[in-house]
Amino acid sequence: MSMEIASNSHYRDHSTARMTKDKLFLGIVIGLAILTISPIVLIIYKLIVKGIKQISFSFIFETTPNTYEAMTALASGERIPGGILNGITGTLLMVVMAALIAIPVGIVTGVYLYENQKKKLAAIVRNTADIIQGTPSIVLGLIAYIWVVKHITMGFSALAGSVSLSIMMLPMIVRSTEETLKMIPNTLKEAALAMGVPYYKVIIRVLIPTGFSGLLTGILLSVSRVIGETAPLMLTALGSTMVNWDLSKPTSAIPLLVWEFYNDPNMVDLIWSTSLLLMGIVLLFNLLSRQFAKSRK
Amino acid sequence: MNSDRITKIVLLSVSMLILLIAGGMVFSLVKGAIPAFQQFGFSFFTSNVWNPTEGKEQYSALPFIVGTLMTSVLALLIALPLSFASSLFLGEYYRGTRAAKIISTMVDLLAGIPSIVYGLWGFYVLRPIMVDLGIGVQGFGVFTAGLILAIMIIPYATSISNEIIAMVPNDLKEAAYSLGATRLEVIQTVTVPAARSGIVAGYILAFGRAIGETMAVTMLIGNANLIPKSLFSSGNTMASVIANQFGEADGLKLSSLIAIGLILFVMTGIINWLGKYIIKKFE
Repeated sequence: MSMEIASNSHYRDHSTARMTKDKLFLGIVIGLAILTISPIVLIIYKLIVKGIKQISFSFIFETTPNTYEAMTALASGERIPGGILNGITGTLLMVVMAALIAIPVGIVTGVYLYENQKKKLAAIVRNTADIIQGTPSIVLGLIAYIWVVKHITMGFSALAGSVSLSIMMLPMIVRSTEETLKMIPNTLKEAALAMGVPYYKVIIRVLIPTGFSGLLTGILLSVSRVIGETAPLMLTALGSTMVNWDLSKPTSAIPLLVWEFYNDPNMVDLIWSTSLLLMGIVLLFNLLSRQFAKSRK
Repeated sequence: MNSDRITKIVLLSVSMLILLIAGGMVFSLVKGAIPAFQQFGFSFFTSNVWNPTEGKEQYSALPFIVGTLMTSVLALLIALPLSFASSLFLGEYYRGTRAAKIISTMVDLLAGIPSIVYGLWGFYVLRPIMVDLGIGVQGFGVFTAGLILAIMIIPYATSISNEIIAMVPNDLKEAAYSLGATRLEVIQTVTVPAARSGIVAGYILAFGRAIGETMAVTMLIGNANLIPKSLFSSGNTMASVIANQFGEADGLKLSSLIAIGLILFVMTGIINWLGKYIIKKFE
């Protein structure tokens, strides 16, 4: 009898221990999950607190000051004059150019992969896209340096920057195009083909319009990924203190300016506002792409 | 020729561009690296000297390969518990809830932050903490760089393992519950074993990311061209030495940096292939 009670209570102890362990583990999971997302809150908070006061009309519409101007302003306790117009225009020029190269090639390649799902060559193309996607951006910078800076523009140039960014965007657009097209019901395509519509018209009139929001999601996401890229631009576009629209000349970009300000003690005040603006643009594209992805579902 | 044939040919030839780009990348990197390999031979991988003095020039990739492995492995070890907990939160405990949506959006946003912004935050927020703790040279070093890398790779590890954990069939878990298992026991005995290879693949891909990260590491690792003596010494990774030394490079030095780029390219290629292979096998 007493034996039975003892073993019973032993059983209950064991059971509560298991329950406690279970609860404890859930607590740890929640705690660590919150710890995981805390950096994003802390980073955005820091950018806003430190950066917002420098942002003004002239910050966006004037070019960067030289270090002497910044030093004088610092010494007299004034706000650093000038802004980051040269970076904004440079980023615009290079990202638009990169998109113009990567979007058509990426979408056509995506269509090819979708149309040739089972072919061996398609598998090779798909794996190659994955390899390029995994390639560190600094290596793509080296490539654009060798190809464009040394052989085409004979010097640092916006074109070289665009080429490095476009190689980065390409695989993302290829894969998102393929994934999007795979989700379109085959019957839509078959209906058009059955009416004798030529193949290229099926692609242009049926596949691309039906998958439009999906394609746009992929494009916006790839743009948001390359806008903040610094390393490849250091090896290709180099930077410039003036607004430049010439593809064959060195050009600045917003992330390049962050790097320059970081290295110049007189310009430190401009780091935060520039990063805040960069972060804002990246988040905008990120959220836009999310919005389109949602509207598809 | 009918239009369907032309369309097919256009699709095919444009798609070949990506193969041409990849082939061209390998060709240019190898061609650029040849002078360095010829000059230094095998010692490019074994010597630990990085000496740009003219006449006595000698370069080696070893310090940076070691630096890269140290920062990346450290980042992986730090990221492991965090992203495992997050993927359990998202894929198991709170799957489909509002809380999961908020957390997963924020984890995705972590992947969107530019590397240079991580670098700045690391420099102005993390580094002073390291100084207070007496870690590293003025807070710089392998440890600080690894810590920021960990934050950067968490989204990659989390998103894959979260998806795979969410895919574990419910009836498997229910069978375990019906035997009286607690949630933790279900996770230990059913969820994790079933999702194991997917989780591993997620970490491998995240590791591949860590190896190639440039700006944040460049700003925090301390930029010393030697093999880091400990976790808290300064060093350089393959990516950060390219970013640092490229400005004044030509001749043999440029070739050595391109050779390091080639090694980096091959390493990330192998690691990504491995991760994708495991995922494919899992499916």
